[in-house]
Amino acid sequence: MRDSIFTITENIALTKTVYRMKLKGDVSDITSSGQFVNIKLDGFYLRRPISVCDCENGILTLIYKVVGKGTEKMSQMPEGTELSILTGLGNGYNTAVSGESPVLIGGGVGVPPLYMLAKRLIAEGKNVTVILGFNTKEEIFCEDDFKALGAKVLVATADGSYGVKGFVTDALKDVDYTYFYTCGPEPMLKALYKATTTSGQFSFEERMGCGFGACMGCSCKTITGYKRICKDGPVLEKEEILWAD
Amino acid sequence: MGRLSVDLCGITLDNPVIPASGTFGYGYEFAELYDINVLGTFSFKGTTKDPRFGNPTPRIAECSAGMINAVGLQNPGVEKVISEELPKLKKCFDKKVMANVSGFAVEDYAYTCAMLDKEEQVGWLEVNVSCPNVHGGGMSFGTNPEAAAEVTAAVKKVTTKPVIIKLSPNVTDIVSIAKACEAAGADGISLINTLLGMRIDLKTKRPVIANKMGGFSGSAIFPVAVRMVYQVANAVNIPVVGMGGVSSAEDVIELMLAGATAVEVGAANLVDPYACRDIINDLPRVMDKYGINNLSDIIGGVK
Repeated sequence: MRDSIFTITENIALTKTVYRMKLKGDVSDITSSGQFVNIKLDGFYLRRPISVCDCENGILTLIYKVVGKGTEKMSQMPEGTELSILTGLGNGYNTAVSGESPVLIGGGVGVPPLYMLAKRLIAEGKNVTVILGFNTKEEIFCEDDFKALGAKVLVATADGSYGVKGFVTDALKDVDYTYFYTCGPEPMLKALYKATTTSGQFSFEERMGCGFGACMGCSCKTITGYKRICKDGPVLEKEEILWAD
Repeated sequence: MGRLSVDLCGITLDNPVIPASGTFGYGYEFAELYDINVLGTFSFKGTTKDPRFGNPTPRIAECSAGMINAVGLQNPGVEKVISEELPKLKKCFDKKVMANVSGFAVEDYAYTCAMLDKEEQVGWLEVNVSCPNVHGGGMSFGTNPEAAAEVTAAVKKVTTKPVIIKLSPNVTDIVSIAKACEAAGADGISLINTLLGMRIDLKTKRPVIANKMGGFSGSAIFPVAVRMVYQVANAVNIPVVGMGGVSSAEDVIELMLAGATAVEVGAANLVDPYACRDIINDLPRVMDKYGINNLSDIIGGVK
């Protein structure tokens, strides 16, 4: 974990509510895909935890959705703005166990952390399929970015306006995979828990206090004991998950 | 004795800054970031007789200049704290530590305190009679002078180390409770714990926190802390440890002027993990600015 100052070099809208922010700074503590950063914003008491979409050559890429006042403020920040950011938070995805043909399944704003994961898996010579789920065509982002990496990309929209009509689980039916990685809304994660036929890793979201393991604000129960989503997660293995209800 | 040092119940602190219980774990998470031996001491995560998972999530809600938490005293229980957490703490912290204890019955407090009293590294026992998060729990002890005194007496009977009773601000007469604890043998008083608060999500029209209510902390509560520390320090003859929304060296000095011998820092650690180190580093500058030679000279110095 490191607390340092980043400077915004880009902050653009990808859809009506989803933005991409690029920042220049010390990214040396970001070691795995699936980790997150925690951003201090003037006028807000708690930091905003955002998953890492990409990190290379001193540039941190975040893709975030405007869901409240904090992210709305972020969306209005001009290039050159300096932000205090805690980096290197969370465990991240483990790529070593993926087998030859992993499938990466993202829903909505759960898609971004899969980008850096896909990049790493492809660099390791894996045959990567990506399934992206959105409500409707207008909400789609990152499809071309995954294609540019060399991944096979399937898009599912709930209203059928683009790609496979239905949910990511519908798109998954025709995919042969050795392992899966996922991030997205909890109903999607629960559906995938049932629909998947291999082991896999799930990235979870929770309201956090500190984001680095001190406050126990984001604890959950797992088969292997109590875990903090921020420190022992956000990635949990399928075999250890205990759903709250 | 350096110019920052103070005496807390017979033990010298190099400086009066103490990370508050529940915001600093057992120290080792922060020891990855900086040498935590720069601290006066710290109060470790609230410990109970039995292991506790705590409350369901969400446990956290943001507020203007503060936050609400309803963690619910998650901890592995006193036996595991002693067998697993304290050995790890010892590796990164050389000084005496403050053991924070909660309970749901007088016997539980006595049991847990007696166990921790035997640990060499424990310097003080901070007994939380005020955690507002647990249904039918600590709240009832801390809101009633007789019950607070009963816990104090029971703990004093089975321990040898200084006992500091941590009080709730969610009461009509904090002074009567502090005096009752003093009369029952308390060696010190710490205050304020969090203020009971609640937030509602306008989209879902439900409370943000699963437990509905939780403890409000952060810089918004600082004036309440100053007022209550002032009232209690003027009513008792034992040391007072002040806390509540402290986030700067100026805040530390203000609480000491109000009557605090030492000062705990809570929520600020969660927003800025270096908060306590930075406050300690900044204290000499602020002391110089206000013509303070030694911090111990200003305790209760408000005119």
